[in-house]
Amino acid sequence: MRERLYGKLGDRIFIAALVTLGGAVMFIAALMAWELWSGGAKAFRTFGFWGFVFGREWNVITGQFGAWPFLVGTVITSAVALALAFLPSLAAAIAIAEYAPRWLGEVIAYLVDLLAALPSVVYGLWGIFVLVPLVRDRVEQPLFLWSAEHAPALMGLLGPPTGIGMLSAVLVLALMIVPYASSLARDAIRLVPREQREAMYALGATRWEVVRRVVLPYARGGIFAGVILALARALGETMAVTMLIGNGHQLPYSVFGPAATMASVIANEFTEAEGGLQLASLLAVGFLLFLLSLVVNFAADWILRRMSVGEGHE
Amino acid sequence: MNLRRRYLRDRLMVGLVYLGTSVVLLPLLLIIGYVFVKGVGALNWDFFTKPPAPPGEGGGGMLPAIVGTFIIDLMALAMGGLLGLGGGVLMAEYPEHPLNRPLRMVANVLGGIPAILMGLFAFVVVVLPMGGFSAFSGSVALAILMIPIIMRSTEEVLKLLPWELREAGLALGLPRWRVTLSLILPAAKGGIVTGLLLALARAAGEAAPLLFTAFGNQFLSFDPLGPMDSLPLKIYVYAISPYEDWIQQAWGAALLLALMLMLTNFIARRAMRRR
Repeated sequence: MRERLYGKLGDRIFIAALVTLGGAVMFIAALMAWELWSGGAKAFRTFGFWGFVFGREWNVITGQFGAWPFLVGTVITSAVALALAFLPSLAAAIAIAEYAPRWLGEVIAYLVDLLAALPSVVYGLWGIFVLVPLVRDRVEQPLFLWSAEHAPALMGLLGPPTGIGMLSAVLVLALMIVPYASSLARDAIRLVPREQREAMYALGATRWEVVRRVVLPYARGGIFAGVILALARALGETMAVTMLIGNGHQLPYSVFGPAATMASVIANEFTEAEGGLQLASLLAVGFLLFLLSLVVNFAADWILRRMSVGEGHE
Repeated sequence: MNLRRRYLRDRLMVGLVYLGTSVVLLPLLLIIGYVFVKGVGALNWDFFTKPPAPPGEGGGGMLPAIVGTFIIDLMALAMGGLLGLGGGVLMAEYPEHPLNRPLRMVANVLGGIPAILMGLFAFVVVVLPMGGFSAFSGSVALAILMIPIIMRSTEEVLKLLPWELREAGLALGLPRWRVTLSLILPAAKGGIVTGLLLALARAAGEAAPLLFTAFGNQFLSFDPLGPMDSLPLKIYVYAISPYEDWIQQAWGAALLLALMLMLTNFIARRAMRRR
């Protein structure tokens, strides 16, 4: 037996075990896609696939379900959060990899990574009890009062200044995705060859000109991939958004008012879902979220491969 | 552009870069500060040793949630670790294997999927067939969350080892499985442990996959087939509750959870360095 284990048999058993484990992982992923699809099938059947996607009504009482408000909420919150987070996270990456002295760069890098390590519920907790009152009293109410006096047309756009709503959720979301955008950008910037920078310095460029003309163009693949990964994070972020966004799905959304995302509606309604159709609709929303994050992740992959310059990426 | 304006611009950009950085770091420091200041007051002996009290009564603690966090996360680590290590070893040690390409793709896909969908999945495949919320289903959800992280880190660590090491083993007449188990894995131990701990820390902070799997439980429970509490869940439930003493305890739980995650991260990085 021992001899056979040290011959072909042992290797066969070993690789069979590894293939079983690896195959199990693939099976789980496939099963997940399938279960979300078939779990939501009832909703897709009842309203039609596109009917469900573009359905503007989500009403538990009349049994009318459409994912459109949540799709819109997800896309708006993620896009705005990304727009807010982009420049600061790029700045942090540049500070870490280019400007700061080594020790300071390490401290900043550690702190930025810490942002990713904090749990989502902690952001939510802080958001509810610190950010929301701040936003309500210092931003929303003054703006609302101002618009009431000077530009009543704006009031509908701004919505109720309660603090809980789109604005607070987006602010926290922006903060949460910074580390994802920043760390890929940082890595890409570090991969820029020394010679490129030195050539630019030799031409008499200032430090900023080196960053602007050499470092950023060279690192653009990593920077964009980071942006898209951050976007993927934002799309699926659940707890903090659920706690802050107010969970209203009445389109159109207003800036301060309540809204909802795909992840937040699942988190909010799933345990209390009544009847098969609501459950199926929530699973269908989950399936759409699955598709959306799939597309975004593949896009990130593609961009990273397409836009990276020279070596440094396989 | 004359030289002076270029220098001025250079200075300005330094300022802007640091300004942008502080826009990121200031809220982080605020969060840490608030969690620490507000949380410290809630931490006392009762917090660690008592089950939760009804709202308004005061007192009570987080014992069920603390115990539950450990049970759920360790079960998840056992499952996710096994699958993740298997996949990672396959990808690193058998680069010619045809399963590798789809496996890598699947790992990327799983890594990019929102955590709440793991919860939905575990609900459909575990909670529904078993007829009730359970700690086990929560562990399944978290395990799926861990798998891609562990796979990726295992593969990376193993690929760092020189091929000469494997060749040396093979030259001694060892079969491949023995080379992998007795040479490669021990040599990469530190890095593998780091990957496992980072995955654990990532999953332990998640509440979303547990909402409709582990569900939460007011009472101390060791039954993996029944509902169980967990710190992130408790923070969520207490934070959105209207009771002052519950909110106070939410801050305490947030501090405890953040400290536990930071400690795990710290140990993970130490394990990597000590290799």
